[in-house]
Amino acid sequence: MIHHRIAPTASYADLSRRNFLVNSAVAGSGLVLSLMLPFGQGKAVGAEDFTPNAFIRIGADGEIVLTMPYVEMGQGTYTSIPTLIAEELEVELKQIRLEHAPPNEKLYANPLLGVQATGNSNAIRGAWRPLREAGATARIMLIAAAAKRWGVDVASCRAEDGRVIHTASGRQLRYGELAAGAAQMPVPNDVVLKRPEEFKLIGTPAKRLDAAGKVNGSAVYGIDARPPGVKIATLAQSPVFGGRLKSVDDAAARAVKGVRQIVRLDDAVAIVADHMGAAKKGLEALKIEWDEGPHAGLSTQDIAHELEQATLKAGTVAQNNGDADKAMANAETKVEANYQLPFLAHATMEPMNCTAHFRGGECEIWVGTQAIARVQAMVAKAAGLPVEKVIIHNHLIGGGFGRRLEADGAVRAVEIAKQVDGPVKVVWTREEDIQHDMYRPYWVDRIAAGLDKDGKPVAWSNRFAGSSVIARWLPPAFKDGLDPDTTEGAIDLVYALPNFHVEYVRVEPPGIPTAFWRSVGPSHNVFVTESFIDELAAAARQDAVAYRRALLDHNLRAKAVLDLAAEKADWGAPLPKGRGRGIALQYAFGSYLAQVAEVEVARDGSVRVHRVVCAMDCGTVVNPDTVQAQIQSGVMFGVTAALYGEITLKKGRIEQANFDTYQMLRINEAPAIDVHVVRSTEPPGGMGEAGTSGIVPAIANAVFAATGKRLRKMPIDAETLKA
Amino acid sequence: MAFDITINGTLRSIDVDGDTPLLWALRDVLGMTGTKFGCGMALCGACTVHLDGSAVRSCVTTIDSVGDSKITTIEAVGATAAGARIQKAWLQHEVAQCGYCQSGQIMSASALLAGNAHPTDADIDDAMSGNICRCGTYVRIREAIKLAAQSPAREG
Repeated sequence: MIHHRIAPTASYADLSRRNFLVNSAVAGSGLVLSLMLPFGQGKAVGAEDFTPNAFIRIGADGEIVLTMPYVEMGQGTYTSIPTLIAEELEVELKQIRLEHAPPNEKLYANPLLGVQATGNSNAIRGAWRPLREAGATARIMLIAAAAKRWGVDVASCRAEDGRVIHTASGRQLRYGELAAGAAQMPVPNDVVLKRPEEFKLIGTPAKRLDAAGKVNGSAVYGIDARPPGVKIATLAQSPVFGGRLKSVDDAAARAVKGVRQIVRLDDAVAIVADHMGAAKKGLEALKIEWDEGPHAGLSTQDIAHELEQATLKAGTVAQNNGDADKAMANAETKVEANYQLPFLAHATMEPMNCTAHFRGGECEIWVGTQAIARVQAMVAKAAGLPVEKVIIHNHLIGGGFGRRLEADGAVRAVEIAKQVDGPVKVVWTREEDIQHDMYRPYWVDRIAAGLDKDGKPVAWSNRFAGSSVIARWLPPAFKDGLDPDTTEGAIDLVYALPNFHVEYVRVEPPGIPTAFWRSVGPSHNVFVTESFIDELAAAARQDAVAYRRALLDHNLRAKAVLDLAAEKADWGAPLPKGRGRGIALQYAFGSYLAQVAEVEVARDGSVRVHRVVCAMDCGTVVNPDTVQAQIQSGVMFGVTAALYGEITLKKGRIEQANFDTYQMLRINEAPAIDVHVVRSTEPPGGMGEAGTSGIVPAIANAVFAATGKRLRKMPIDAETLKA
Repeated sequence: MAFDITINGTLRSIDVDGDTPLLWALRDVLGMTGTKFGCGMALCGACTVHLDGSAVRSCVTTIDSVGDSKITTIEAVGATAAGARIQKAWLQHEVAQCGYCQSGQIMSASALLAGNAHPTDADIDDAMSGNICRCGTYVRIREAIKLAAQSPAREG
């Protein structure tokens, strides 16, 4: 039995289908999660409705609608955010319906980013107070309305299960019955939130509200949008970034059945057709000549060389404690290393796509985006329209990982739609998706440490070079040569490290755009710092866990997860030849995480990750099952990166194209994952990305334990590990 | 020319070139969007459907190759015994995250279970390694298949 019915509502009016779904949902006893899209679709706010804030709407008919400021891309936010509101509003999750938030930076900005976006593992962190307060505010006003109607003191009433109850008399009114009255009540200034011991929902496993539609094909992603009359387009963009379209011979493409139109842009060609099969066939039939532009000779080696050179010059000081140079000079031993990390594509399972209908004076967009207001603004610019003339419908996201924080796909769709009569869905082939991604930056780190006679670090010096995504994406947050993302995981380390010096050199590589990628700054910095701490332990001839532990006397939360991971992973127990365990510890996204990877290195140098043990302290847990799921997910994402992840350029072109050349971890290679969570009442930390940044160094350290070979460059090159 | 093919028990007429992949006939011509596009080269399994009960990649299955075979998609797999058990187990184990690949995962898992009541880990690897999940739900996919295999056959 499927208990929860989800009624995904497409953004265009398909009334008969919607009525069917609503009726069938009412007939079933379960939850209706109707992912209504915002403009003109959600019911207009009625005079009798209670809308105490931008997140809650209670209709006179009793319907409770929550507007989601963060978008669902798998991380469970459409279950955990409603939990925060419902906890204080005193409703059950099954009583609510969800809507995607429309673009509105004022109402729905992420408090930690300052813009309306879902990323950096901070939805729960940002929402933790405001959305509980939103729920509490509404509850207080509902209680006030009931007390007024009954002529009793508010203190004699309580809220429960979507009703207000007068405790002494047992009288009760449902929220719907109180909606109009509550709207007239004063908005309370200060609300007192529940203490952790009063939580009914927070900390209890909740079934995902988006699950049912994801097992029966009814969940609607951006790529599933089908406004009436929609044509399907696919495109070829200049294979070299910055190149231009020189000429197109489209005679053969025009002859393909179902091809309707060929659209030429400055740096791309699109085929518009009745269906994607015809569009792809038409695309393959095009004879295109490109003017490849200034980057036609570019290779990854050129970029790596430039970054290496950049680490030889002074950068911006990101953190300095004590005098690292002096301490280094006086150290007993000096350890030095260079690390490199490759460009990476996102490879979301849902390829890039956007549906656009340009109607001269306005433009309508159907897309799944992590940053809806950004998309609206950039579409407006591309369409030459004021922002309010861009109608945009958000959708479930078939994998974000940072890719859908960017608006390039929507801008492309608008450029094409401007030449097409009627709506057009632009779907990128997987090859276009991988070869025209915006990539996790390439990084080069030059790092050194000085150890005293006991092997303890007395000096730490790290200078790294690479792209600042923040400088492009959120310019005000890039200040004086630094931004908080690029340095996260490189500074403010969990360890007691005296005489600590870190510099960042910003270098924007030519000919390849960069972007956020799951676990962002820490995906780079935690690899370097946790690999290097491991090198120091080895140089000191000490156990990797014991070495770290000795630097954590001041940081009990970090020490606790380190100890827990080591214990659960049987750290120190003997392993067969060819196997090794490696550990990594991080504080990132507001959470503490220790991971132990157990790997096997075969004679041919191939690496298999058998088991991963994770111990975390992410503060208060909202949905325990989501925390488990996100750590599992983050680990798999990181294992893929460690084993396979690499995007390379040759003659200005991305060499990888599809899942044969840009490999993903598959089920037959997936490690067993144990997740252990430390109980905590601290404010919640982020969990969506933590598992990714820590697992890569844990694997590299495990390979070292198994083989004695230190991996300073990702992904793992099996050639270097051959027996 | 038009091709008449049986999809989820209904005969549908589709007027496209014979070399058109079934995937696009489903998604763009018939509007059955539960079957997903992932790679176009049978590398990821997102587009998996059943052809006479066997899991096939609809992105490389041309419409002219279908003939009289019966196509089942994610929209109707719940009407099969194995499909219903797999869907139920998927919900019990909370497998889906972004969910985009899960139509294909469920179609592959349903075909596996229909032909093999008690799949081993190796059987699961064989049947499921053609389906990529970028959210990395593999641990739960394996658990859910095992749970479905344990559940009574008649329960839906």
